[in-house]
Amino acid sequence: MAHAETLDAHDAHRGGDAAATHHASANLAHHFDNLEQQREAGSLGMWLFLVTEIMFFGGLFTGYIIYRAQHPQAFAIASSTLNWKLGAVNTVVLIVSSLTMALAVYFAQMGSRRMQIIFLVATMLLGATFLVVKGFEYADKFEHHHFPGLNFQWNEAVPAGVSTHHIQMFYWIYFAMTGLHALHMIIGIGAMLFLIFYAYRGRYTPEYHAPVELTGLYWHFVDIVWIFLFPLLYLLGAHLTHGGGGH
Amino acid sequence: MSSHDPSNSPSSDPSGLGALGSRARFGHENYINANYGIKSWLLTKDHKRIALLYLASVTVFFILGGIYALTIRLELLTPAGDIVQPMTYNKLFTQHGIIMIFFFLIPSIPAVLGNFLVPLMIGAKDLAFPKLNLLSWYLYLAGALFTIWALLNGGIDTGWTFYTPYSTTFSNTYVVAAGLGIFINGFSSILTGLNFIVTIHTMRAPGMTWFRLPLFIWSHYATSLIMVLGTPVIAITILLVAMERIVHIGIFDPRLGGDPVLFQHFFWFYSHPAVYIMILPSMGVVSELISTHSRKNVFGYSFVAFSSLAIAVFGFLVWGHHLFTSSQSVYAGMIFSFVSFAVAIPSAVKVFNWTATLYKGSISYDTPMLYALGFIGLFTIGGLTGLFLAALGLDVHLTDSYFIVAHFHYIMVGGALMGYLGGLHNWWPKITGRMYPEGWGRFSALVIFVGFNLTFFPQFLLGYMGMPRRYHAYAEEFQVLNVMSTAGASILGFGLLIPGIYFIWSMRYGKFAPANPWAATGLEWRTASPPPTENFFRTPVVTWEAYEYRPMEEMEVIGPDKEQAAQPAHGEATT
Repeated sequence: MAHAETLDAHDAHRGGDAAATHHASANLAHHFDNLEQQREAGSLGMWLFLVTEIMFFGGLFTGYIIYRAQHPQAFAIASSTLNWKLGAVNTVVLIVSSLTMALAVYFAQMGSRRMQIIFLVATMLLGATFLVVKGFEYADKFEHHHFPGLNFQWNEAVPAGVSTHHIQMFYWIYFAMTGLHALHMIIGIGAMLFLIFYAYRGRYTPEYHAPVELTGLYWHFVDIVWIFLFPLLYLLGAHLTHGGGGH
Repeated sequence: MSSHDPSNSPSSDPSGLGALGSRARFGHENYINANYGIKSWLLTKDHKRIALLYLASVTVFFILGGIYALTIRLELLTPAGDIVQPMTYNKLFTQHGIIMIFFFLIPSIPAVLGNFLVPLMIGAKDLAFPKLNLLSWYLYLAGALFTIWALLNGGIDTGWTFYTPYSTTFSNTYVVAAGLGIFINGFSSILTGLNFIVTIHTMRAPGMTWFRLPLFIWSHYATSLIMVLGTPVIAITILLVAMERIVHIGIFDPRLGGDPVLFQHFFWFYSHPAVYIMILPSMGVVSELISTHSRKNVFGYSFVAFSSLAIAVFGFLVWGHHLFTSSQSVYAGMIFSFVSFAVAIPSAVKVFNWTATLYKGSISYDTPMLYALGFIGLFTIGGLTGLFLAALGLDVHLTDSYFIVAHFHYIMVGGALMGYLGGLHNWWPKITGRMYPEGWGRFSALVIFVGFNLTFFPQFLLGYMGMPRRYHAYAEEFQVLNVMSTAGASILGFGLLIPGIYFIWSMRYGKFAPANPWAATGLEWRTASPPPTENFFRTPVVTWEAYEYRPMEEMEVIGPDKEQAAQPAHGEATT
């Protein structure tokens, strides 16, 4: 019955623990022993989720790499129609939004409700700016019938050996990857709406601010995906072989 | 209907589970009688209740998939295609595959037994994310409804593999709906895997170190890694197929500049590891059953634990062996062939270690043990024939023949299903608080074993003789073996009916189960049967190693029942 004894001994010990942590229990789910365990679980869960996201985007990246290697010229031609200046502006916007997000997490840790809300709103606005710019870029592609599918048109001359099918494929990969990325940004902005609501009600304290931290992780991940997308789609090879910038 | 009145009499309880949790009979509050009513089940965040929700839903799909299988075997009774049209036959085997793989085998052990047992085995109150756990069941249901919608509207005929360009360009069936169903169901699988990994990392009871974890937990950890890393790839692949069908953009369509072989790479990058999603949890179950019912410590614990991880890692590096006859470079083929042979090493480690565990054990031939022994034999046959298929030259002869069909059924039915049934019997007393009838259990285990071998062993011969898979008619000389196979399928179907009946019977009429009917050492047996909502009356502290079994003779002196008699209501925290 040695185990039973250790159980009792531990019980007494845990009783002390429970008394010490009880005041913070409003945010503690019933199945966790303490906030530390809860925070650890949440953060590991978010990292794992981001791993699944890498695999999710990974399929598209693989498709891009394989077809780029097979049809470099067609991809370069199509890529050179993208507006790299708008893309660069968006890159800067996203990097700044990562900074504001980091500051929001910092002020949540510090327990400053006001600054936390200011930086969350700033992050949201920067995210929205990105989406608006992206919207203008998409509109341009639709106008030129560069959206892949039945209405796709390519009116410019192509060099011998380049098929417009492959040019269309570039646009397909471009829309799939940037569209999926934009969807993730919309989800992130939605999450921030919740954060702002709860931050306004003073829910996040220096002891409990895991949701802000986790959303921050997610937001940085979405930014990093763009950091890969921008050079791959807008810059790689395209403007070297074709000389020109965007239209 | 959805009354919350606890005085609600058990017989009027719509879930039908109230009876077995009646407080008066069990004398303690447990997860089943904690509250009543449909709502308390459909909105539950208790991992044990979610496991039961999964149990009910995967059983429905197993029956549906089984009906398809029996129809296929009935058609193949005679050489001529006389019962169904060729097109109908295509739909039958496609839907059999999709339902059995995505809606039965993949969720079966992890979502039912894993959901129930992972927190209990590590001494936690619940999984780390109970709401995600419930969400994953609803995602499973949503995916299932999409797929059922596709079936009711006329079905799908691409084979469960969705090979392009047939699936994207030529098939005139509900590919997109079925694909979306699998896409949504994939997220259910991802969330379950994520939940398990985080739970195993952060929720272990004090003293439950990594190397005190039951091997069931190790194998679920490895399975979860595959679910988390592999499933997103199939999700994006199916999304691309659906987009290709809807908007006619060809990333896989050769007419539009795409490459159909890329689809095969993407598909098998997930779907080969998916085989290990099905078999690894089963191996975890078998490790538990073998040690419990032979009263021995698992031989070479750490080898068995790490072989699970090795299988998970190797599993991601062998997908190319499905492309030996597609346009894959022969050098890539050689590498994939070599790595596929290498998977045999960790698999064999497990088989040898289970066998060594049996050596000089006090073996009792309870129903779970019969399934475990069946598993070892059938998995060995399935694994060894896998080596035939990993051999580059021989595979060219055997590809797309019945040899393949027999091989993967030996792994998936002989392996995964045997493990699932064995596990279900072993933990049934814990899950329901009732014993299943042992005599019927043993009888049906034997019937299933005989029926299974009679169904699928002839298919090895058929495949070797050259009978191709996926045709509804065949040459006359194959008939004898096909008749044997169909006869076996009906025996197998009959054998599977028996547990279906007595499990339901036992929920109301079975003997009450003690906390630890097998005198096993795992933490899950140290709490009451059925467990209380928060699993343990006190958080357990683990001071012992896994599988500290004593031979049966000693047990009879000390006796598990005597210990329980000392603590009648809670059979917890005793050794």
